[in-house]
Amino acid sequence: MRRFDYARAEDVADAVRYGTRRDALYLGGGTNLVDLMRETVAQPAALVDVTRLASTIEGTETGGLRIGAAARNSLVAEHPAVRQRYPALARAILAGASAQIRNMATVGGNLLQRTRCAYFYDVEGSRCNRRSPGQGCDAIEGLNRGHAVLGTSSSCIATHPSDMCVALAALDAVVHLAHEDGERSLPLTALHRVPGDRPDIETVLRPGELVTGVELPRLPLAARSTYRKVRDRASYAFALVSVAAAVEVEAGIVQDVRLALGGVGTTPWRARHAEETLRGQAVGEPAFRRAAQAELAAAVPRAHNGFKVELAVRTVIGVLNELTREEA
Amino acid sequence: MSLEQAPLPLGPSSWAIDAGPDPLAARQGLIGAPLARRDGPAKVTGEARYASEVRLDGMLYGALAFSTIPRGRIVAMDTSSAERAAGVALVMTHHNAPRLHSTVELGTAERAAAADELPVMQDDRIRWNGQPIAIVLAESQEQADHAASLIDATYQPEPAITRFDQARADARPPALYQGDPLRQTIGDPWTALAESPHTVDAVYTTPRHHHNAIEPHAVTLAWDGDELTVHDCPQAVTHLAWSLAQVFGIRQDQVHISAPYVGGGFGGKMLWQHQILAAAAARLSGRPVRVVLSREGVYRVVGGRTSTEQRVAIGAEDDGTFTSLVHTGVVATSRHNNVPEPFIKPARCLYATRNATFEVKRADLDMLANTFMRAPGEAVGTFALESAVDELADRMGVDPIELRLCNEPAVDPSSGKPFSARHLIEAYRAGAERFGWEARSPRPRARRDGEWLIGLGCATATYPYNRFPGGAARITINRNGDATVEVAAHEMGMGTGTVQSQVAAERLGLPVEKIIFVLGDSSLPGVVLAGGSQQTAAIGGAITAAHRELVGELLKLINCDSPLAGLHPDEVGTIPGGLGRLDDPSRSESYTAILAAAGVDTISAEATAPEGMEQLEWSMHSYGAQFCEVRVSVITGEIRVSRFLGSFDCGRIINARTAASQLRGGIVMGLGLALMEETQVDGRSGRIMNPSLADYHVPAHADVPDIEVMWTDIPDPHTPLGAHGVGEIGITGTAAAVANAVYNAIGVRVRDPPITPDKLLRHSPGR
Repeated sequence: MRRFDYARAEDVADAVRYGTRRDALYLGGGTNLVDLMRETVAQPAALVDVTRLASTIEGTETGGLRIGAAARNSLVAEHPAVRQRYPALARAILAGASAQIRNMATVGGNLLQRTRCAYFYDVEGSRCNRRSPGQGCDAIEGLNRGHAVLGTSSSCIATHPSDMCVALAALDAVVHLAHEDGERSLPLTALHRVPGDRPDIETVLRPGELVTGVELPRLPLAARSTYRKVRDRASYAFALVSVAAAVEVEAGIVQDVRLALGGVGTTPWRARHAEETLRGQAVGEPAFRRAAQAELAAAVPRAHNGFKVELAVRTVIGVLNELTREEA
Repeated sequence: MSLEQAPLPLGPSSWAIDAGPDPLAARQGLIGAPLARRDGPAKVTGEARYASEVRLDGMLYGALAFSTIPRGRIVAMDTSSAERAAGVALVMTHHNAPRLHSTVELGTAERAAAADELPVMQDDRIRWNGQPIAIVLAESQEQADHAASLIDATYQPEPAITRFDQARADARPPALYQGDPLRQTIGDPWTALAESPHTVDAVYTTPRHHHNAIEPHAVTLAWDGDELTVHDCPQAVTHLAWSLAQVFGIRQDQVHISAPYVGGGFGGKMLWQHQILAAAAARLSGRPVRVVLSREGVYRVVGGRTSTEQRVAIGAEDDGTFTSLVHTGVVATSRHNNVPEPFIKPARCLYATRNATFEVKRADLDMLANTFMRAPGEAVGTFALESAVDELADRMGVDPIELRLCNEPAVDPSSGKPFSARHLIEAYRAGAERFGWEARSPRPRARRDGEWLIGLGCATATYPYNRFPGGAARITINRNGDATVEVAAHEMGMGTGTVQSQVAAERLGLPVEKIIFVLGDSSLPGVVLAGGSQQTAAIGGAITAAHRELVGELLKLINCDSPLAGLHPDEVGTIPGGLGRLDDPSRSESYTAILAAAGVDTISAEATAPEGMEQLEWSMHSYGAQFCEVRVSVITGEIRVSRFLGSFDCGRIINARTAASQLRGGIVMGLGLALMEETQVDGRSGRIMNPSLADYHVPAHADVPDIEVMWTDIPDPHTPLGAHGVGEIGITGTAAAVANAVYNAIGVRVRDPPITPDKLLRHSPGR
């Protein structure tokens, strides 16, 4: 049997002390990591259980909301402040996985979940640069209908699977981190790395660095934010395309907008090109289409995922139409 | 049964002649009653013990390692790490596996159960990607799984055919399939097609599918000398016993298969390599063994439904009459088996036509043997045929139901035989009214609710009536008037034991509580495949025969002063708790009185049902009309089935509750065929890339609307109980009904299910 040590951290100091051990991994709900261990994709020497760390959801002095990394996904989705002030986040979580998995999965774990690329999982039979650096990628010329079109490289086209992260990316979320050397914070959009030539390095986290919480800033337009997920079946399926959006309109002109895409990127994809294109424009389908197309201009489709470009454009238009219906 | 009813005459001794319907077919009472499953409480409380839950003393747990190339040789195998791993008792590879006899392919011998006749771990050859290359036995499942992951094989790959387009260039006619060349031409279809004022001619493709029974394949077994006891979950206990005996060179009666519960089969639970490997490894290790395939293991070891490419061309006159019907195509098969998915079967019986051609060709790949999966042939054949009929109706501007009904044949169009029972028109009329078909707009994109376009579609369902040879039963009545009925049949979740208890109770005139129905064991009478939707008729026929035998034995037993003395079985009938004279019901005797008077504790009779000669006399099929309403997003192309109704003509329904579940379950699986199911094979390697229920999508609760089912309940006069099996017809026609509804909603015709959003986007303007 593959042996590993298990330690349950009582506090952050405890956790990062264990966590700096070689080949240690933090364990949240285990809904992804335990699968990866069973498939031998992940072979940690030690697991540091961080589910006893902060799981509270509370307001911040600046009018935002701080969510402890150990908060279960289902608790976040049903929290009144989340539902009222950041509905895109609640909807994104509820669009993901199944009720049982959401009851187990933590916010920190959701941030660090790994791609569901079939070749990544197929340890015995397939090549994967993300799993085994330098091995090659069987997805680029293979079955890639579910794969990313944005942020890809010649090494890897694996999609970031999270729904929650897409909403967090749109909502300007900040990730709080702890390390033996001290604490720091990052925008969520700076946490994940595009694969480049090192797809195995998925985040900017240093060895042993721990996600302690996620902070949502005060963001009034988020009160009318939404999340739409397009998928092959109505439950328990990863996004073909998803869109998290919030928009502020005055006199028919887009004042401010937040837009992020899921299912199309190698990371949770904040659509900044689209946002820039949209600000100051008159609401309406032509502007929405230009904005979406601006974001997707950089897309690199493969044999089976080209539809995602058009689907993403349509879904962005559909979501923005929905959010601006009264203003239009 | 009620006391007022006249004695029920015995069932016929032959179904081949027009002897009139089974008297039981017209009975009210238990026949048709919606009895709850008798084994339901045992299942929901966990008391029911499945093959993977049987614990044997000293048992080892097995895990398989699989090849990662499609074709070639194993040149080296490093098992040293696995052998050293904790808890490992045995690593078996082709180097140390016991010498085994060949398996016998299903259909080539009466009791054959194997998918192919390949040697099982007997040589260094790899024949498909995923072939078992080793089995590890260890003290725990986790230890076995871990050790199996340590096995390292080195291969000498050889060129392999792993893509359908490579193989189809060499497509060829199959060997006879169940005695059928799968090729037939009537009249001059090509000339008739060319001269037809209205035509449709299109190619439809369907991908590979897997059965995905909720219970993965599992076997727990032990040797005692040359006696092998096997707890398994097969659809054919007797076939499995015989087949394993062949492989190990022992007699069938030295193999005992126990399978009281099967957690779903759908055609996939026959003899595959895991049972043979478990038994061989148990022999080598000298200890009992349990092998439960992981879900990935099921995909690697157990074949599914293969892919098809079907051409359907129809020619029609201005009045809608079909002048020509062409249904031809190619299916993927493996080099080493012969299950050419017979998709032409529906076209051969559904429509009147003077000119037709039907043909299935096979294209061989280096892949795992494909096999039977729920309605093999009909499930995918009705998709193509019934889509084409809808396309023709659309082109002609006629209602698709009316187009179908004006082509109703008077006799079977391909065999010329009369139909034993065919009430498809009634099923359509009743279903259309109930579903609200008149609300359908003939034009696509005519109904809309916000971004959702709403469409209605329909399609015909059909599945043959089968009754295979070998149905046998033993009935035993004791002094308390309890009856035990024993058949080597199968309970895979469909309610066999419950339904046949109703049949036996009504046949014997006993309350159902007095019936003990025993099945799922190879020591019981009969060779009864739980396949082809034939169990209901096969067991029904067997009980009829055994009952006739039993009545004869009872009449021999009675005293000369009995009111029944000297009577022939055909002169008596069933009354509550016993037998009565048909011409004078007041003259009767109870079973308990007969046994008591004779001083015996039990009386038992066993008989084999007469062969299913009725199938030679008549064209025998079930039919149905499937109705679907879908909602399609104009923005994303997402499809949601919002309503579904199946209206069936499948003989007398024996249990309204279990039949409804069977029909509904078939429809749910048909929704999967239409919208999401696809075994994804990487064409470069022949490797299945979605071997899990996360990646292989089947309909989840949120994908399944309320499904209404109804039936004509008209008995077939030529079958036991007037019944047909209903396990498979539900999946037929369903995918076409969905595709036709999608077309009606959004005006896009998808001929290559699964119908996923990307396939609609290409043709949809998006608003």
